[in-house]
Amino acid sequence: MTVTVSSPELDRARAAAGAVVDPELPMLTLVDLGVLRSVEIEPPARVVVTVTPTYSGCPALVEMRADLVAALDRAGFPDVDIRTALSPPWSSDWITPAGRAALREHGIAPPGPAPRRGRGPVPLRLEPPPSPRCPRCDSPDTDQVAAFGATACRALRRCRGCGEPFEQVRAL
Amino acid sequence: MAVDNAYEALTEDSRDLGDRWAYGTGFQDPLSGVDATLPTGADLPAAARHVLGLGDDALVMAHRLSEWCTHAPELEEEVALANIALDLLGQARLLLARAAQLDPGLRPAGVAGHVPDEDALAFFRSAEEYRNVRLVEVPHGDFGHLVARLLVFSTWRLGVVDRLTGSRDPVVAAVAAKAVPEIAYHRDHAAGWTLRLGDGTDESHRRMARGLAEVWPLVGELFTTADAERPAIADGVGVDPATTRAEFEDVLRRVRGQATLGPPGADLRRDGDAPATAWGRTGRHTAALRDLLAEMQSVARAHPEGRW
Repeated sequence: MTVTVSSPELDRARAAAGAVVDPELPMLTLVDLGVLRSVEIEPPARVVVTVTPTYSGCPALVEMRADLVAALDRAGFPDVDIRTALSPPWSSDWITPAGRAALREHGIAPPGPAPRRGRGPVPLRLEPPPSPRCPRCDSPDTDQVAAFGATACRALRRCRGCGEPFEQVRAL
Repeated sequence: MAVDNAYEALTEDSRDLGDRWAYGTGFQDPLSGVDATLPTGADLPAAARHVLGLGDDALVMAHRLSEWCTHAPELEEEVALANIALDLLGQARLLLARAAQLDPGLRPAGVAGHVPDEDALAFFRSAEEYRNVRLVEVPHGDFGHLVARLLVFSTWRLGVVDRLTGSRDPVVAAVAAKAVPEIAYHRDHAAGWTLRLGDGTDESHRRMARGLAEVWPLVGELFTTADAERPAIADGVGVDPATTRAEFEDVLRRVRGQATLGPPGADLRRDGDAPATAWGRTGRHTAALRDLLAEMQSVARAHPEGRW
């Protein structure tokens, strides 16, 4: 059973886990990305971390888990249990405002709002998603070059204002 | 485990990861840390059969898509197909692992104990033991064939997996909920290509139409159910694919309309298998699956005790 205790120990564990960065988007911490769900301490000293994968096949999850274990070990918590929460599924809407700012600062456009759906079948979308602003020159005039980018979570775009290519985190 | 060199990471000792099994895509049970409680009062072997079929579809389709690497018409499309394959491989891992939890009897006999269930199922079953639909296994044609296969597969799978989010098995429901937006993106990508090719040049139109006509005889099977999985549908763990047919036809009709493509068969309802037979779901496959598996399983079978 997980007991939530507010203590300097817990604060330290949360700080250590919260500082771990995403292996594929290293300008984001796992908190910024929204994949770190909770950090709790099970008495006497077991740290229970709950994470959620971004995509079903995200190969980074293995590294995230290993990095969390290593970071907590360095912070003096050798007993770590990493749990996976599949539900509710991760959404790019969970990327924090700080995370969005960090992405933009590194030339990656943050995702727009995740597609909404009402009742009935998932709507067919034949138009490209709404155009984000260029993270370099802030022009609203950008084109999608490719629906998929260097990792599962990104698409490739080009700015018609400054002519530069840039990546966008896909809305999911 | 911060390392600059990816290859060092593969050989590094880590108490978290332990010995690394050489052939899996990952080094841990994909369901590790997920509550494995089984649904009460359900026919578990039937549930496992149902989940295994959906996992095998994803695994074999992922393999076929990955074979397009270095063959796609442009670099961006290779990246797209590899990403779609990766999503499906992730779904396959979760579903195969869950199938083995639902019925440990699915695990092939004689596979060394340290091999995870997902790898035992992927690498140590024969073609007759695979339960994927034949659509995913048939050999490649041209790019038009690929787009047609991906459009049909994703449209069908989306309808099934979307309903699976209401499964009485919480793990299956969660895996499905994760997969829905992924598959929707794949379908929309394939639909975009169908439009570009269908409403493109005479040659691209001809080849897109031919691609759809080539995969069409395999469509009927998609809406069938094997007797062994039927109890899972009655139990509310699984989904009867036949209930998704109207949605499938509607999407295909709209995409074809915009792509200026006529019906691939004289009539979608009469076309395909008539009456439709659950070929792949009962282990009856084309010879292409045996060839595909011979390649996919060769390393694991040659070095069954292999480790990093």
